[in-house]
Amino acid sequence: MVAAPSTAKRAFLALAAAVFCVVASTSASAAERTLKKVSFIPAWNPQAQFAGYYMALEKGFYQKHGIDLSILNGGPETSTSEYLHSGKADFAVLWLATAIRERAAGVRLVNLAQIIQKSSMMLIARKSSGIAKPADMNGKKVGLWQGPFAIPPRAFFKKYGLRVHEVPQSYTINLFLHGGIDVASAMWYNEYHTILNAGIDPDELSIFLLKDYGIDLPEDGLYTLEKTLKNDPTLAKGFAQASLEGWSYAFAHPEETLDVVIRYMREAKLPADRMHQKWMLERMRDLVIPKENRRVMGRLTRNDYTAAGHILLNNGEIRTLPDFKAFTGQSDAQQ
Amino acid sequence: MLSNKSIAFKLTLVITLCSTCIFASLLGYNYYRSRLVLRKELVRNARNLTMASVNRIETVLTAVTKVAEGVARSLENTRPTREELSSLLRSTLAENPEIYGCGAAFDPHATGPDSHPYITYFQRDHGRIVYAPDDTLNYLQKDWYQISRETGKKEWTEPYYEGNVLMATCSVPFYETTDGARRLKGVAFSNVSLDWLTELVASIKVLKNGYAFLISRYGTIVTHPDRAMIMNVTIFGFAEAAKDPTLRELGRKMIKGGSDFIPFTNLKGVKCWVYYAPIPSTGWSLAVVFPETELLDQVKTLSLTGALIGLGGIMLLTMAVVLIARSITFPLKTLAGATTAIARGDFDVELPPVSTQDEVGKLADAFAAMKSSLKEYIKRLTETTAAKERIESELRIARDIQRDFLPRTFPPFPDRQEFELYAVMEPAKEVAGDFYDFFFVDDTHLCFVIADVSGKGVPAALFMAMSLTLIKATARYGLPPEEILCRVNNVLARENDSCMFVTAFLGILDTESGEVIYANGGHNPPLHLKHGGGVAWLARSGSLMVGVMEDAPYRCERILLEPGDCLFLYTDGVNEAINAREEAFSNDRLERRLRALQGYEIKDVVFGIMADVRAFTGEAPQFDDITMMVIQYRGE
Repeated sequence: MVAAPSTAKRAFLALAAAVFCVVASTSASAAERTLKKVSFIPAWNPQAQFAGYYMALEKGFYQKHGIDLSILNGGPETSTSEYLHSGKADFAVLWLATAIRERAAGVRLVNLAQIIQKSSMMLIARKSSGIAKPADMNGKKVGLWQGPFAIPPRAFFKKYGLRVHEVPQSYTINLFLHGGIDVASAMWYNEYHTILNAGIDPDELSIFLLKDYGIDLPEDGLYTLEKTLKNDPTLAKGFAQASLEGWSYAFAHPEETLDVVIRYMREAKLPADRMHQKWMLERMRDLVIPKENRRVMGRLTRNDYTAAGHILLNNGEIRTLPDFKAFTGQSDAQQ
Repeated sequence: MLSNKSIAFKLTLVITLCSTCIFASLLGYNYYRSRLVLRKELVRNARNLTMASVNRIETVLTAVTKVAEGVARSLENTRPTREELSSLLRSTLAENPEIYGCGAAFDPHATGPDSHPYITYFQRDHGRIVYAPDDTLNYLQKDWYQISRETGKKEWTEPYYEGNVLMATCSVPFYETTDGARRLKGVAFSNVSLDWLTELVASIKVLKNGYAFLISRYGTIVTHPDRAMIMNVTIFGFAEAAKDPTLRELGRKMIKGGSDFIPFTNLKGVKCWVYYAPIPSTGWSLAVVFPETELLDQVKTLSLTGALIGLGGIMLLTMAVVLIARSITFPLKTLAGATTAIARGDFDVELPPVSTQDEVGKLADAFAAMKSSLKEYIKRLTETTAAKERIESELRIARDIQRDFLPRTFPPFPDRQEFELYAVMEPAKEVAGDFYDFFFVDDTHLCFVIADVSGKGVPAALFMAMSLTLIKATARYGLPPEEILCRVNNVLARENDSCMFVTAFLGILDTESGEVIYANGGHNPPLHLKHGGGVAWLARSGSLMVGVMEDAPYRCERILLEPGDCLFLYTDGVNEAINAREEAFSNDRLERRLRALQGYEIKDVVFGIMADVRAFTGEAPQFDDITMMVIQYRGE
């Protein structure tokens, strides 16, 4: 029928399509009739850490909320808060610690959703280097990432009164593998697995998950500038909502999600190891929906905020903790 | 189950089965041995191939290492100007075609007049040598810089992409000693494009589908036929995807610098063999993989050919066996048919012509001989049987005649009330040697006799007839018993060439007085059954058997029978009857039985004893005639 439609039929189909479009658009609000173009920057190169956003875009969840989203490529050279501040991106992924520090320093950004609820950061040492407990790290060479990634390990060293020899750690774990450092910084969902897949067995490693040592700083959250939220609260909330829907979809459809993630990685010319991304997606699930605390996905609680704030205050990262309501944009939303 | 099958079938089956077994085990052994030999050969080839490739790679990498070491050495404790350094690097690059680029990076912590941290680097670009210095401090966190700086040793990086070029860098730290303190000054480095490596490894071919792959010091797949895996996956990630802990174990052995030849199963479940060996300078490891099926292809072809030849051979053998078996069993079958015909009595059946001189030929000859002798034998047997039947019929007639000699009508004298008499004779053969007789000599004297001729059969019967006739004839003269026996004895003994004789008891009963006068010629003494009870043996006279010796004396004895008394006469067929245990019936038993039978009718006494003897002997064959006679005196 479709292969060789008559003129009359074609006219009818066109009419039907037009009617359908009108019905569809009138069912949504008038403001969403035209999609709003916005941009979003994840905290790093494409990987399963951002699977929820890719899936939300892939499955049209942003579109459903009236958003025409373009996802920018993050990476080691990119500061997402700088992107927000300069207006190169409307939305960004930031660590909670980074965001609090920025807010305390006067950058008026607000938390739209707290995606990773727990700290996934860890310190890893070879058992053969004689490190079995925090005290053993004293005087050892410890690899630290620059920027906010150094905050949790330093809080850890302070808590245990350790003096370590800090070595800047790059974005590979080769320095650790080659024995250039005794202790490496690692993300549970990423470098830890990379180390295992470099042929080192778990029982050869001493691992220190910082959250198990009282340094539980929730990580990835969605942020925008206060003014963006004030200008169009529906847009900001819609973005956050669509992102969470994307995460739900990603966890429900891991294989499809991995296909999409791998595609993004290949487009960015990055090494794409499906098993590694699978591990990452599974860990993200543990971190986004922690088992021990079945909270609503994406919410930042006052308790977590305050606890994180205290760690930052104790370590001199901030002098005062910004107001929780202002930080989460609630005071503004009510106006 | 096989027992009712033909010989040809069994022979064919057994020989075919046996030869198949022998052949199969030979083939199996051959397959096994060839596999071993081939595997050994293959291991050697794989090792040689791998080691050759490793050496080629190692040569290049060593050259690259030497460059970095050379640069580092020349910067140790010297302070060249930037221009001097540039010309050093440029000439080094020009002299070493293997390397892609070389440079030197200075550490920010190094002190000295010219301690400004910077990096100088030359690399090839489309055949030209390009100067590529960098004043940013980005290099400080590059693996090639950091690892070597922190370990203080010469280090090879993991392979990495620089733009589109896969490369690896060898870096060597260099130091400056001031005031006795050794301080890091910087890192010299040279890198190599790994395109040639990819080609080299790709060119390694083992059998049809064998391939090689190279992994880095931490398991990253550097070259592999599946390009999607290159630099994307480590062998451990691969093992994780395959859920194969043995593959992870293999990976760990490889990155630890081991070398071995081991079997493993790849992702598609195909059994493979892998030979791996380390590349010493970088700690990388080269592995050569080939499917087991290919390893065994040659052996399989060989075995298949062998199997086909064997199958043909077995078929040929089977056919030969069938033919030979047929040649044996066909004459046998016809012989069997002929035997059946002969068994039916058809001696004129045609025998199969057998021309061979083997066992079957001999059998056929023997069979023909057997047929003719059988035919002859049967003919003779028929004649003999006819003769025997004739003799038997004559014997039957003789028996009838002999029986007719003896009086068999009882009571013999119905009008005489003074005595009663009953007698019976059972011959053991057709004709007997026993006889009895009784007749009146005059009105009041009854002569009776019982006798037993020596020997058996026809001669005894003839002698018996003669003896009986003689006794009867002699007794007619009214002579006393001893005289009768005497005369008969003389007649018999005189012309007795065959030395036959007869035992005889001859008595004459006076029917008026009951007196019996008698003479005994060697016969068993009769028994006197007294009317009032009691059984007594008549005394033995001690006389000779009749016919043994001329003029033998016979005595006359006498006994008086009271009315009701009986005389029981018998031959040795009674008291010497033998049972199965070879025991004789015996005189004692006879006496006992007679006592028990006292008071019965005389006929019943005879039948009673007869029954006792029969019961005693049972099935045991008897060779003696059984003869009994009872005379009862009744008086007036």
